[in-house]
Amino acid sequence: MSLHEQFAEDLALYALGTLQGEERAVLEKHLEGCAGCRRELEQLRGDMALMALSTAGPVPPQRARQRLIEAVAREPRRAAVAARSRWWTVVPWVVAGALAVGLVVVWLQNSDLQQRIAGLQNESAQQLSELQRAREVVSTLTATDAMRVTLVAAKTPPQPQGKAIYVRDRSSLIFLASNLQPLPPQKAYELWLIPTSGAPIPAGVFKPDAHGSAAVVEPPLPAGVQAKAFAITVEPESGSSVPTLPIVMVGAGE
Amino acid sequence: MSGAELKGDRTDAAVVAAIRSGDEHGMAALYDRYSAVVYSVALRVLGDTGAAEDVLQEVFMQLWRNPGLFDSSRGSLGPWLAVIARHRAIDGLRKRRPETDIADVVVSVEPDMAGDAERARAMEKVRGTLGSMPSPQRQALEMAYFEGLSHSEISEKTGEPLGTIKTRIRSGLLALRKAFAT
Repeated sequence: MSLHEQFAEDLALYALGTLQGEERAVLEKHLEGCAGCRRELEQLRGDMALMALSTAGPVPPQRARQRLIEAVAREPRRAAVAARSRWWTVVPWVVAGALAVGLVVVWLQNSDLQQRIAGLQNESAQQLSELQRAREVVSTLTATDAMRVTLVAAKTPPQPQGKAIYVRDRSSLIFLASNLQPLPPQKAYELWLIPTSGAPIPAGVFKPDAHGSAAVVEPPLPAGVQAKAFAITVEPESGSSVPTLPIVMVGAGE
Repeated sequence: MSGAELKGDRTDAAVVAAIRSGDEHGMAALYDRYSAVVYSVALRVLGDTGAAEDVLQEVFMQLWRNPGLFDSSRGSLGPWLAVIARHRAIDGLRKRRPETDIADVVVSVEPDMAGDAERARAMEKVRGTLGSMPSPQRQALEMAYFEGLSHSEISEKTGEPLGTIKTRIRSGLLALRKAFAT
């Protein structure tokens, strides 16, 4: 697919960030449905990167390197832990927000004030109890010191196994695996959600621990995708946007 | 993964993987490889070493805070950093909020700028191509690229028709691409 010539010059201005107003809006709308023009935009940005090389020569002072290293040290990051803890740490705030709004409404409706407050308190206690239970479940699923046992038919050697639990309406996915084979250097496993239509969707890059166990909890996924199956491939550590064959594990929905 | 390991012939993908895993040495390796590209374009746009250092810091810290912004399957790291640095420097020059969503920027280009020698050869070729352009075309391209001027602003400054400026900017960028076509 090639670019549409009527947009050729505007695409260059758009890549440079100088196209404004209606021309910009029209082009952005066109780009949504035109792969050829999107490809040309990527190449124009490549041309812009080449243009940057014309300035090469000056090097930043040593203090700039030190400044960056100090800033990085001030913001240590453990991406996996942060991702895992994200959804349930938000829940108390959501509960608290709902309670606050609920209490204001009750205060305004003084006819059955006491009754409503009591109801909300019960609801709050119930939500907190559910929250506690959810925390315990996730904590058990993801604990590094958890004992993980895969049960198979007696006298059967252990096989690599994975279990994906997916709730489409919440785009929520938990994946647990055991007995995975060790990976070659600089490789990782990647989980794929295979939708009922369309291309496989990346659902998390992971490496098994020394016992072959691994977990992927709440990877970012597009909303409301109907899953047909889940699959595992071996990819570079940084992950891929399309699966590299062969598929090493696969399972269809029950 | 240690910093010493990263300084050698590690691929950009390995460096990004290190950063994703929270390895601070990965950031140092990334800085050593690409800080000159980022800094030089910011300095050319802003004309101020302090402001260029701020852009340098901002671009690398954004990647540290959210390494998922760069998708290695959608382009090479060096060109991507160069384009992001230019956008941020122009935003600073024009004193406006960032207008480009970094996560949406896909850069397709050869070479990938990862090696010093490769970068030096590419730099010579780019300078040669710019040097051989007709002066009005180079001027329009540089005003758009390094000053962030719109085609209307360039037209006002140069007295040339709008359509001419648009054509010069695009054909200038295409000339650079052509110089690297195999």
